[in-house]
Amino acid sequence: MEAKNATRLDSKNGQNSQPAKIRELRVEGITKRFPGIVACDSVDLSVGENEILALVGENGAGKTTLMNILMGLYQPDEGRILINGQPVQFKSPHDAFAAGIGMVHQHFMLVPNMTVAENVALGLRESHKPFKLDLATVKKRIEEVSERYNLPVQPDAYIWQLSVGEQQRVELIKTLCFGARFLILDEPTSALTPQETDELIALLRRMAADMSIIFISHKLAEVTALSDKVAILRHGKVVFRGSTKEQTAASLAALMTGHEVVLPHNECLVNCGKDLLVVQDLRVRSDRGFLALDGLSLTVKSGEILGLAGVSGNGQKELAEALSGLRKIEHGKIMLNDIDITNKSPRQIIEAGLGYIPEDRNTEGVVPSFSIKENLILKDFASPRFSHGVFIDSKAEEKNAVELQKRFDIRCSSLNTPTGSLSGGNIQKVILARELARSPKVLVAVYPTRGLDMGAEEFIHNRLLELKSNGVGIFLISEELDELTNLCDRIAVIFKGKILDTLSADEATRSKLGLLMAGINPDSVSTEADTPTHSPRRSAHES
Amino acid sequence: MKAKDRILYVVFVSLVAVVAAVGIGAIVLAILGANILQTYVVIFTEPLRDLFGITEVLVRAIPLIFVALGIAISFRAGILNIGAEGQIQMGIVAAAALTIALPDVPKVVLVPLGLLAGAAGGAAWASIAGYLRAKLGVNELLSTVMLNYIAAQLYGYLLRGPMIDPAELQTGSGTPQSVRLPKNAWIDRIIPGMRLHWGLALALVLAVLVYILMWHTTWGFKMRASGASAKATRYAGISVESCLLSAMILSGAFAGLAGAVEVMAVHRRAIEGISSGYGFTGVVVALFGGLHPAGIIPASVFFGIMLVGTDMTQRILSIPANMVSVLQGAVILSIIAAKMVINDPYTQEKFARKLKSFGKSRGGSSGTPHSGAPEAPRGGHKGGAGVTDVTEVGQ
Repeated sequence: MEAKNATRLDSKNGQNSQPAKIRELRVEGITKRFPGIVACDSVDLSVGENEILALVGENGAGKTTLMNILMGLYQPDEGRILINGQPVQFKSPHDAFAAGIGMVHQHFMLVPNMTVAENVALGLRESHKPFKLDLATVKKRIEEVSERYNLPVQPDAYIWQLSVGEQQRVELIKTLCFGARFLILDEPTSALTPQETDELIALLRRMAADMSIIFISHKLAEVTALSDKVAILRHGKVVFRGSTKEQTAASLAALMTGHEVVLPHNECLVNCGKDLLVVQDLRVRSDRGFLALDGLSLTVKSGEILGLAGVSGNGQKELAEALSGLRKIEHGKIMLNDIDITNKSPRQIIEAGLGYIPEDRNTEGVVPSFSIKENLILKDFASPRFSHGVFIDSKAEEKNAVELQKRFDIRCSSLNTPTGSLSGGNIQKVILARELARSPKVLVAVYPTRGLDMGAEEFIHNRLLELKSNGVGIFLISEELDELTNLCDRIAVIFKGKILDTLSADEATRSKLGLLMAGINPDSVSTEADTPTHSPRRSAHES
Repeated sequence: MKAKDRILYVVFVSLVAVVAAVGIGAIVLAILGANILQTYVVIFTEPLRDLFGITEVLVRAIPLIFVALGIAISFRAGILNIGAEGQIQMGIVAAAALTIALPDVPKVVLVPLGLLAGAAGGAAWASIAGYLRAKLGVNELLSTVMLNYIAAQLYGYLLRGPMIDPAELQTGSGTPQSVRLPKNAWIDRIIPGMRLHWGLALALVLAVLVYILMWHTTWGFKMRASGASAKATRYAGISVESCLLSAMILSGAFAGLAGAVEVMAVHRRAIEGISSGYGFTGVVVALFGGLHPAGIIPASVFFGIMLVGTDMTQRILSIPANMVSVLQGAVILSIIAAKMVINDPYTQEKFARKLKSFGKSRGGSSGTPHSGAPEAPRGGHKGGAGVTDVTEVGQ
């Protein structure tokens, strides 16, 4: 019956009349090479009807490349794709759409200043009448799809007005409107709150009754909750294929990394000394001129890890930049170890004892074309330790690099290698080495493990805990709730440029944090806290 | 890619580039009805046939070295100075004005003074664009090009007005040129009867100094960092703006110096057309030389050969000068295109694979040096998959 429904949907609009249901999608021996790397190395996979396959692997394992091949964005160097046993060739995404394959990318492909209907119309050729865009047809189609899969959406809303979760839904609807019978979702939960994630998983389960899904993720709890089958990629090769039922999150983690990974916990909660970083009533404007921080206050004590949770875009970036001296502070005050650093230059703030791990390690943390040696002295090249007068002391530079390489286990063929050619984890180690070697008073770490594999994550977490025991105040901005609850003594939640609440480690549960991240303070709206599935997003919107 | 393959690749691409350049040139020459082969022979061999030719090549190369060194500094620091042409003219004006005003100062003082004045003139002109960029964010491409126009007009006005040789006014011929510089301001020539002068030594010394500045001092470190990644440099507490400004000023000083040397060593009076495009050719030389002094010197000589060679074709084969510059343009374009291809890792990889499959199909029987092919390509993960990070390669 489901199948019949689907065909009706298609034939009505005269699109995709021929692609039958995809009973089996199979890839055989897919190999794709990029300069210096084999991204996919003879990969074999198959997905059957109504099946959800989770594709799991560390960053750079080749997941996204494989999916881009399935979508016709890349051509494989070797191997073939078969649908229902028939070999197919996708020369462009259009061919893949025509065969009924649709993909929701990790970074949404939506035009923010267009409406939902207009965004769908962009890819829906049948709405492109000569000299006229037939939005009525598009809206009708959106309504059909949203009704059928229970995906409420307003076709006339502008994308920029929607929350991240709603934008995700628009992406799904868009893909379904193009006639997708087979969905590929690339890390769909990376920007969602825990509640939104639960909703999405429930939704995908329902949708699987009607189609097949490939679900890419490195969050293993979601994989076990959602998928029927799991395939693990490591360095471009499939290292495991099997049924999800027989696996746990821990066993998957071991398969993914090739060894047991135990992420460290903060065992000695609260060991606080004096106030090291005090932010008072901070007001800062964003690039677009609105108040990104509106009266934000917080305190980090010595020997404490303060976490900052929040959906990205609520002022984290501006806060980090204000702390490091790169963004003008309109109002308020920042004290670092009793020194006023409000609106001081980055140099003065560094001298006052701020260590900083920036959000984007490739453009903010290191100079990619500089050697590892050079990046390790990026903040101190002019200090007497590394220079004689105007000349750089290359011996001291070399010695410093050799030392830090050993201490921080930086893996590279040579210390003269351009830092940009290292893996993400190793670049982060270079940054960490530089910052920690300067023995900072306060360390601000912005998404320090984003996109890193678990081995590197473990290493970085251990270093942060070590710093804490040395009495450094750590301010950790993160979007991974597990990271925050594992490491932090206290967790502050930021929402629309303000700290909504600060929870101590033992009271910070996932659901409480999730509600706060959506802008609801469970203490003040206690009735809604019991039914978290639907209320948070709506209320976040109205506020 | 293995070293042997890489050499093969570079040779292959270079050959294609040469064929392309020669081909484009041949079309132009065929349209003109000129003897294609003969023209090429003249351009690339005639300048090197005798001592005079060789010294002339070096005379052309000297200003190119100065200009390209300055441009290398500015490009490395992330500010694209294409206003060298105007800065050269300001250097000429400053050096000429100062030395003419102080004819009685002894030579050991006046020559350095004239050079310094030239450098200061170029630096001052460049600082306008540098300041606008650092303080107001005005795009330096726009401002330097516009300042070139202003400098050209200013230069023309000065030579026709305030700085004109009074003799020109008396005789009424009115050629726009200054009086001769005082003898004490002349930079000596190395070989009697040839124009080659000691500016060459200065250029070579400065090339070494630029290398030391950029790669061995804190100032160079700062400038290179801000050029390579302004954001990361800001996060490291370095003022990118002051790096941009100082790099621009330094770059202008080198262009101004080029002008001062030209006027004090070659022409010995300020006339129109001294620069004749060195400011623009210098950009190409700098890029062709890899923005590094060690590359800039040979690149300058190469372009010197081409400049002298095309002059000679004009004289010997009477091919119109403009058509010869078309030829020059084709050569420059294909050289740059070839360099891009050579440095592109993706095509490198593709070439290596083609070579490998070619080697396989011939069974390696030809005995060519690339028969070690059946190994895994670069990027096969060493040490077994999964045990270590992929250390060498990012995404």
